[in-house]
Amino acid sequence: MNDLANFSNASAIKLKPGIFGHPAIDCDVHIAVPSTEALMPYLDAYWYDAFRSRGINRTSFTMTGDAPNAPMAARPDWRPKDARPGSDLALLQKGALDGFGSSIAIANCIFGGVALHSEDIAAALCKAVNDWVTEQWLNKEPRLRASILVPLNSVELAIEEIERRASDKRFVQVLMLAMGHDLLGKRQHWPIYEAAQRHKLPINIHAGSLYHHPPMAGWGSFAYEDYVAQAFSFENQVLSLVSEGVFQKFPDLKFVLSESGVTWLPACLWRFNKTWRGVRPEIPWVKRIPGDIVRENIRLTLQPFDAPDHSGAVERFVDQMKSDRMLLFSTDFPHWHFEGTDALPVAASSALTKRMLLDNPLETYPRLRETLDISEVAA
Amino acid sequence: MTTSASLARTRHVVAHANEIKPGERKLVEIAGRPIALFNLNGEFFAIGDKCPHEAGSLCKGKLGSFADSDEPGKYRLTHLGEVIKCPWHGWEFDIRTGQSYCDPQQVRVRSYETGVAHGGDLLKGPYKAETFKVTVEEDYVVINL
Repeated sequence: MNDLANFSNASAIKLKPGIFGHPAIDCDVHIAVPSTEALMPYLDAYWYDAFRSRGINRTSFTMTGDAPNAPMAARPDWRPKDARPGSDLALLQKGALDGFGSSIAIANCIFGGVALHSEDIAAALCKAVNDWVTEQWLNKEPRLRASILVPLNSVELAIEEIERRASDKRFVQVLMLAMGHDLLGKRQHWPIYEAAQRHKLPINIHAGSLYHHPPMAGWGSFAYEDYVAQAFSFENQVLSLVSEGVFQKFPDLKFVLSESGVTWLPACLWRFNKTWRGVRPEIPWVKRIPGDIVRENIRLTLQPFDAPDHSGAVERFVDQMKSDRMLLFSTDFPHWHFEGTDALPVAASSALTKRMLLDNPLETYPRLRETLDISEVAA
Repeated sequence: MTTSASLARTRHVVAHANEIKPGERKLVEIAGRPIALFNLNGEFFAIGDKCPHEAGSLCKGKLGSFADSDEPGKYRLTHLGEVIKCPWHGWEFDIRTGQSYCDPQQVRVRSYETGVAHGGDLLKGPYKAETFKVTVEEDYVVINL
């Protein structure tokens, strides 16, 4: 059920212009496991029995920072009745795919099973979720692509899961969280990056925390603080990836930041660059100014975009980063960041629009081309 | 000395050779331009004294080596004793070339040709740039500005 047998080139997706006038690839939409019970058919005999006997099937693996009842978790018109936001395929087809005329949407399933201290249960859950994603979403909607969910506390088992999915080209990236157990630049994670680079899978760093450490310098009191502080954690991760030399070791690997807020990056890079000039000998493998490394290897999904719409902020970001290659169109369906189809903070006529909608996603996710009929967009 | 208009490729005597011992440096000035002069094991090198960042005096910086690496976690030193670090913000420059190591594509300080010439030669006046070669003789340190 995971192979590409039912997804030959004959059924490759053709790119068609969406509502913004260009073919669109939505690089961050959300799908949700409706309940752990839904994963039971995807467990092997041992885990099926264990989940039943230990009551794990009655456990909700909702991430603390992803409360389904929060207003932001789903736009009213994108919220299913009596079900978790993101759990309804028809609603995703109507809202995210048809609603924007997107040719492709990359689905991220944020699932708390990745956080378990038991490496084996975490791995069993990730495998079950990825099987469930394949059967319940990818096989039912040819425009969908997905991220590989991996257990975040076991490098070995994360790689096993990556290898298990790699032959299915509809899995286009590996999903990690902005706040895991340790900084993502650390060498302990590098075997994951080696596998990802080998299979042309970018690493998606998605907002979210395992709460193994406080999201800020201490534990805050409010969901408000937790949500805002996600952006700071992305800064930490980019700094860690650059300083530890991940991109010297894996020059072809891209990291995609999802739900990062985006606009903090240029100011943060000023500090990276300025400080590096003075203390470069500490990290002598970093031979280029950090801003250049970030420009080449970091990508960001567009929504939520922290600036007023149509204020020139996107253009300013592109100008400050000296790159129009970094932003990837996303609606962040079903999250509530905008009304109607107002997902683009720039005019549809802007030269940036096509780059964000199509060119940048295709350049970032090389596996997309393998399930696309791109003859029509060769130009 | 001469006026700045006639300075192009002019030789300037800036020191007596034995005045700056190996490992030492001297701040000299030519037509108002401060230049840091270094004796590196008997070879002389001259670079603009002002750091291109905020004009800290490179002559007052710490002379060290270049930390290099072939991959993360591997460290080695090269350019032993040939890298000057600005005392203000730590920007590093190769005193042989003026090349910056803190942003090689964008930052460098001007480096100047130096030579140690025999006293008599200096009376012959300016040398043409294309024929001037750094010669190591004795007596004087000469900067070709």
